[in-house]
Amino acid sequence: MLEIKNLHVEIDGKKILNGLTLTVKAGEVAAIMGPNGSGKSTLSYVIAGKEDYEITEGEILLNGQSVLEMEPNERAAAGLFLAFQYPLEIPGVATMTFLKAAMNAQRKARGEEELTPGDFMKRVREAAAKLGINPDMLKRPLNVGFSGGEKKRMEILQMSLLDPSFCILDETDSGLDIDALRIVAEGVNALRGPSRGMLVITHYQRLLDHIVPDTVHVMAKGRIVKSGGKELALELEKNGYADYVEAA
Amino acid sequence: MAAVKETVETVKTIDVDQYKYGFVTDIESELAPKGLNEDIVRYISAKKDEPEWLLNWRLEAFRRWLTMTEPTWSRCHYPPIDFQDLHYYAAPKKTPGPKSLDEVDPQLLETYAKLGIPLREQEILAGVQTSKVAVDAVFDSVSVVTTFKEELKKAGVIFCSISEAVKDHPELVQKYLGTVVPTTDNFYATLNSAVFSDGSFVYIPPGVRCPMELSTYFRINEQKTGQFERTLIIADKGAYVSYLEGCTAPKRDENQLHAAVVELIALDDAEIKYSTVQNWYPGDSEGKGGIYNFVTKRGDCRGARSKISWTQVETGSAITWKYPSCILRGEGSSGEFYSIAISNGYQQVDSGTKMIHLGKNTTSKILAKGIAAGKSDNTYRGQVSAHRKATGARNFTNCDSLLIGQECGAHTIPYIESKNSSAVFEHEATTSKIADDQLFYCMQRGLDEEEAVALIVNGFVKEVLQQLPMEFAVEAQKLIAISLEGSVG
Repeated sequence: MLEIKNLHVEIDGKKILNGLTLTVKAGEVAAIMGPNGSGKSTLSYVIAGKEDYEITEGEILLNGQSVLEMEPNERAAAGLFLAFQYPLEIPGVATMTFLKAAMNAQRKARGEEELTPGDFMKRVREAAAKLGINPDMLKRPLNVGFSGGEKKRMEILQMSLLDPSFCILDETDSGLDIDALRIVAEGVNALRGPSRGMLVITHYQRLLDHIVPDTVHVMAKGRIVKSGGKELALELEKNGYADYVEAA
Repeated sequence: MAAVKETVETVKTIDVDQYKYGFVTDIESELAPKGLNEDIVRYISAKKDEPEWLLNWRLEAFRRWLTMTEPTWSRCHYPPIDFQDLHYYAAPKKTPGPKSLDEVDPQLLETYAKLGIPLREQEILAGVQTSKVAVDAVFDSVSVVTTFKEELKKAGVIFCSISEAVKDHPELVQKYLGTVVPTTDNFYATLNSAVFSDGSFVYIPPGVRCPMELSTYFRINEQKTGQFERTLIIADKGAYVSYLEGCTAPKRDENQLHAAVVELIALDDAEIKYSTVQNWYPGDSEGKGGIYNFVTKRGDCRGARSKISWTQVETGSAITWKYPSCILRGEGSSGEFYSIAISNGYQQVDSGTKMIHLGKNTTSKILAKGIAAGKSDNTYRGQVSAHRKATGARNFTNCDSLLIGQECGAHTIPYIESKNSSAVFEHEATTSKIADDQLFYCMQRGLDEEEAVALIVNGFVKEVLQQLPMEFAVEAQKLIAISLEGSVG
């Protein structure tokens, strides 16, 4: 469960988030929609703990625990996962090596045993197969030379292997053709469950045709200006954001 | 495979901390008086019971050295060295050449154990048929123990200390010593020629493929002792050898001078692969202490189609001044240089290579990866030249630098010179920074900052690590992570 209370955030003295309040319960899939520059990506980075942002006011609670003083890796170990809009390339590091390092780091942080090589391989192979990822791709350096669709699929693969309690998907549909979008959405839907919350950040309605949200929130000028059910997304698609931006 | 695996396991169990090699073994040493003059040169030669020709060779070098001045062209800065304030000879007492490990001072063995050199382990491994590593362990200046001699002997390989070689194989030493790095070569090499203490000697007879990796662990132990190793490796026609050199030194306040000379000679169709992992004390967090490393390493591809390959992982020393080079004399010969140079804290590295193309159709490849962190300064300096007769010479150079933090520097200084119009030289260089976004991405997946840096850096240097024998690669990877601890944030 994620609770954001009256969050104010600045970068280089410029105010980006302006008293944002939002609650996403366990098992709930919430969508945040909004025009460019409304602060959607900033919100995802701030929750995950990226530097450079100054939080001047407010609180972020993950499963009841404040995350503001935690390092990004501590937030990850506490169950938070962010699927990046632009996944980073790590030259020279095989995807498999990266996956193992990440999984074992989180296990270590939680005081669990490292995975045995056999157990690790089994989990990766199964998860990759579900997402239609060719095992050969796992030997290549992470995200280097991957297509847009491959990078997004790799994000979902990591999400499924790391088994987070709360997922943020930042513009996961950007750069995807319709087939890739379907595969990614199926991967996400398979991870929906009663104990896992999700925050889906998107610009367009089309992603929400595939990942149907429980709640939809409209974001403008750094805060939530309207909340509703999934029908709100359809209304936005028809009428655009203009009214909300003006009202904010 | 079992032996390889065991060795890797052993290396893995070496529990390396920030600078765990900072300890001093309490063994009585026999020291030459401080300072350097002809008498000291004679003293060293006499101590080692050397023949007349070698004493004269040393004395000639010493007289030459007196006329030379220290080079100042590197980007390293350090207070002047008082060459009269050093001991030029130190030998552990009680060393009438033990024949087996049982005869070795147990305290020495303990030191090796702390260093993680699996000497005893290797004796056990000797019974196994696959992959063996012979260690000619150099403790300060005198070789105390040489393992695997018997097995190597069967193959006709000579692997011993250079002092032993002077006694047992004088014709080989006299024929080759100083033919790659002459006594007149440069200030430090000339000094080394005058006072060299000991080192390794390898001779691989014609057509022989050395049955195991040869390995020497160097260790500087005696306070204020200049360390002057001399290594000579000869691969006769059609021979092959892979040689590993690994270094650690105890923690000290005083700067310690190290001026080694390594000479490699490859005759027709021979191949020498020389790998180094260097982890000498780099100085404390304020840059005090640390080893001064002024090394001359050069290989001579004397025969046709011969090949010499240098691979180095440099993580230690306060100052590194080192350019392992290849003289490509034989027709169709080739030289390679693979390097990872890491600097952190106040370390200064000025390192690179020279590829001197003299013969026809000679080829060379340079792959250098420099990583600078902290307040360190990391310079790649490389020379590639083709002489008039080097028709068809080819070189490919790639140097990449990675910067971590705001206060370090990376420099690339290539010298490219061609006197033959058919030579083809390519040079690529990049400089990059570990992006904050990359770090954040790795941390979001659960890695802490240091793990993230180590992962990204290991990716950056992977092409070079792959050139190392597996036993070394594992250790090198650990060293890289340790050297960069605390470099971010």
